[in-house]
Amino acid sequence: MARIIVVTSGKGGVGKTTTSAAIAMGLAKKGHKTAVIDFDVGLRNLDLIMGCERRVIYDFINVINGEASLNQALIRDKNCNQLYILPASQTRDKDALSQEGVGKVLEDLSKDFQYIICDSPAGIEKGAQLAMYYADDAFVVTNPEVSSVRDSDRMLGILSSKSRRAETNQEPIKEYLLLTRYSPERVKLKEMLSVDDVQEILSLHLLGVIPESKSVLNASNSGLPVILDEKSDAGQAYMDVVARYLGEECPHRFIDEKKGLFGKLFGSR
Amino acid sequence: MDLLDYFKIKKSTSASLAKERLQILVAHERTSRNQPSYLPQLQIELLEVIRKYINVDLDAISVNFEQDDNQETLELNIVLPDYQPK
Ligand SMILES: Nc1ncnc2c1ncn2[C@@H]1O[C@H](COP(=O)(O)OP(=O)(O)OP(=O)(O)O)[C@@H](O)[C@H]1O
Ligand SMILES: [Mg+2]
Repeated sequence: MARIIVVTSGKGGVGKTTTSAAIAMGLAKKGHKTAVIDFDVGLRNLDLIMGCERRVIYDFINVINGEASLNQALIRDKNCNQLYILPASQTRDKDALSQEGVGKVLEDLSKDFQYIICDSPAGIEKGAQLAMYYADDAFVVTNPEVSSVRDSDRMLGILSSKSRRAETNQEPIKEYLLLTRYSPERVKLKEMLSVDDVQEILSLHLLGVIPESKSVLNASNSGLPVILDEKSDAGQAYMDVVARYLGEECPHRFIDEKKGLFGKLFGSR
Repeated sequence: MDLLDYFKIKKSTSASLAKERLQILVAHERTSRNQPSYLPQLQIELLEVIRKYINVDLDAISVNFEQDDNQETLELNIVLPDYQPK
């Protein structure tokens, strides 16, 4: 049985696809057979971020409609043979997704995979609701900014009422906070909401803080999930997130300002 | 008293302002989240009935739904006009 993780946010452009690509790669690199599904039907992008855009033949909708088998549609990642990508359709719209169709694909994948990551589209409409419907865990991607926090809270309400787990009175979806595009410098200047501020409002389990980082754009330029950039702060932050999710003890590293040379020489690590 | 000092006391940081606004908004949205979906329609219909008899403002009614462990309360508040010369 696979564990199904939805990466969701409500608000658009906060880093869901970046996060989905990174944690899928992170889990696969740790030896877990992982599939990552693009639910953003009509606006597929995960293929670009994963660097497999030229290998897309069939997509999620083809599988739902029985026009292709899962094996035909799944793309094996070129960097990690434990990782598979199921791209979204670029020509259809979200109405092509159906609850039964999605359920069937997830059920089939569950037989063979350990983790299934669902990259949700923005918004709270059908696409976003189907991405989270079957989830066991939710990574709520939030930026330290008022509209993102508000939308995350809205999403939490939907997670707790409109999921399969809620509707069948099972144990609720486990919700985790992933605070991304964080600038410790701006937090220090009191220009940006701090981790503590956001947690006080959302009261979620903090899975990790991903700093605002140039490495994210570099990674997307080259079609490599940022977690593969092991020297980068964002890459390391995502590695920590994966480790924490898998139950490893892992202190938060990117909440405070970067240490200068002096701090590095005399710091405690 | 120096006018500048006055503003200094009131001035809060940009982040704390954001936090305050969010706390209020999120608390408000959480309470309305559990409300039954018929509430807005109920409010409209109640207003229609009342306006047949009393000339109240369109926003004179507030309907509040509250829920705790063992009961649900529907609170109806109608603000009547200041005075009604007969
Ligand atoms: N930690 C980060 N540092 C800097 N830039 C980032 C970071 N995370 C994401 N971005 C940038 O933010 C933009 C949006 O990211 P992404 O596509 O992952 O968001 P999304 O939530 O999937 O968007 P959508 O809602 O459109 O699907 C991208 O340009 C990405 O490079
Ligand atoms: Mg996206």
